[in-house]
Amino acid sequence: MELNKVTEDVLKVIDSYGFRQEGAYNLRLNGMAVCHGDSRHIKIVPKEDKPGIDIHISGETKEEQVHIPVVMSQEGVDIVYNDFYIEDGADVTIVAGCGIHGEGCSETRHDGIHTFHVGKNANVKYVENHYAEGNGTGSKVLNPVTKIYVGENSVFTLETTQIKGVDSTERENYIELAENAKLFVTEKLMTDAEQTAVSNMEVELNGENSSARIVSRSVGKGTSSQVFHPRAIGNNLCHAHIQCDSIIMEHAEISSIPEIDAKHVDAQIIHEAAIGRINDEQLVKLRTFGLTEEEAESVIIESFLK
Amino acid sequence: MLQVEHLSYDVLEEGKQSEILNDVSFTVNDGEMLVITGPNGGGKSTLAKLLMGINKPSSGKILLNGEDITEYTIDERAKAGIGFAFQQPPRFKGMTVRRLLSLAAGHSLDEKTCCNLLSSVGLCAMEYIDREADATLSGGEIKRIEIATVLAKQHKLCIFDEPEAGIDLWSFSMLIKRFEQIHKEKQESMILISHQERIIRMADRIMVISDGKVESIGAAEEITLKLFNQEVDSCECRRQKGGELYGA
Repeated sequence: MELNKVTEDVLKVIDSYGFRQEGAYNLRLNGMAVCHGDSRHIKIVPKEDKPGIDIHISGETKEEQVHIPVVMSQEGVDIVYNDFYIEDGADVTIVAGCGIHGEGCSETRHDGIHTFHVGKNANVKYVENHYAEGNGTGSKVLNPVTKIYVGENSVFTLETTQIKGVDSTERENYIELAENAKLFVTEKLMTDAEQTAVSNMEVELNGENSSARIVSRSVGKGTSSQVFHPRAIGNNLCHAHIQCDSIIMEHAEISSIPEIDAKHVDAQIIHEAAIGRINDEQLVKLRTFGLTEEEAESVIIESFLK
Repeated sequence: MLQVEHLSYDVLEEGKQSEILNDVSFTVNDGEMLVITGPNGGGKSTLAKLLMGINKPSSGKILLNGEDITEYTIDERAKAGIGFAFQQPPRFKGMTVRRLLSLAAGHSLDEKTCCNLLSSVGLCAMEYIDREADATLSGGEIKRIEIATVLAKQHKLCIFDEPEAGIDLWSFSMLIKRFEQIHKEKQESMILISHQERIIRMADRIMVISDGKVESIGAAEEITLKLFNQEVDSCECRRQKGGELYGA
């Protein structure tokens, strides 16, 4: 299917692996699934009772990718339910994300509700990029909800990035880990102007020897505001580490509220949180390379969020 | 050639003007190695920061190849050809060592060049190029990477503020060899701030700064003789009075 330039440009930003209409993929454009393909091991089935798709990933999947981006270039609200069924032993990278190109004066909003059912001994990487652009005055809103159930001995890596341009986001993540399951989360977020972002993440470490490492990095500019609330609950012998780092600039406001709950004597959970302006010594060091203050600032932010 | 003329630096402390450097003048010729030494708190690092433009002098002039750079910003001085290695370098979350070295070089560096740079400061290169230059690196590792950032580019003048600090003996020997190599090639003038005898003995000339003033400046042979005799005197003094020996 031929895509228009706006859609292609937005896809280039949100799909860092490169979207192609081959293998397993599904492109949702303005609330409609406009093209999709299956692979030998990955089948995508449209839901019949509500908008969205079921993605079935067989245990024979090895180092394969499935791309399911969403682009909105028209105003309105799009709510979609995507469920992933990942069989034992599968090794897959799922590239999702949503990009809004807003030129109108009404709200453009996408709520992606994703649920992952991960079997045993699987390796899943889920990459989600959020981005908005366009000169429209209507607000650009993304409210993702992600529920992840990780089976025994499986590894789930979640990389979620809000690149820029999103006026408002409320993210909800809920994750359950079974025995020996491992979770790696990297959340990166930038807000500017009057944008707002709320990110709630709850991780239940239910299985023995389950572990979670959650790294959240954000930059707040303008008069934007951000609230982070990661929570790790240790219900068994487990390890968890939450690290929230934020760079605050101009008149932004950032709240970081890591919460750790141990409900088992062998639960080891650590949290670290830091908010601060750009380090002057870093700026000076980069300026000794010949970068101007503005260039140095931009390099520091880009690296911090990379 | 670097010419420093009557450089002074004052700061306001508790409502009073406090003199950190007073009327410091010296030159560094093309390809020359000048080692600046002296007691802790004497003003050596402050002088280095004035040369790089990190602090602004209260009075005096700095000329590089005849061009007055006193009012130049840090980045303008970098572009004029000055490189600077900090005594305590900052760390960068999210920035790989290769990216840091590329920024220092002013262009993207390939793997081989990065490895050569890191090897020249005693780091096992392949282990480091894709690592972040952040708190996961030890003080000695980040210090060696800091030195590599200066070596990544050809400068007219390189300033190293206590390059030996935090570096193990094996890496220090490699570093000494690298400094000797640069010195031998005579392509870059160097200012090294150091208390380390091996570095002091490499110098063409030595300047001793104490209490914000140039106590002495001259040929290495002349000043080392004085310095190490002074050390003997100070050791005698320490033995007699039970006091501390400053500096080295």
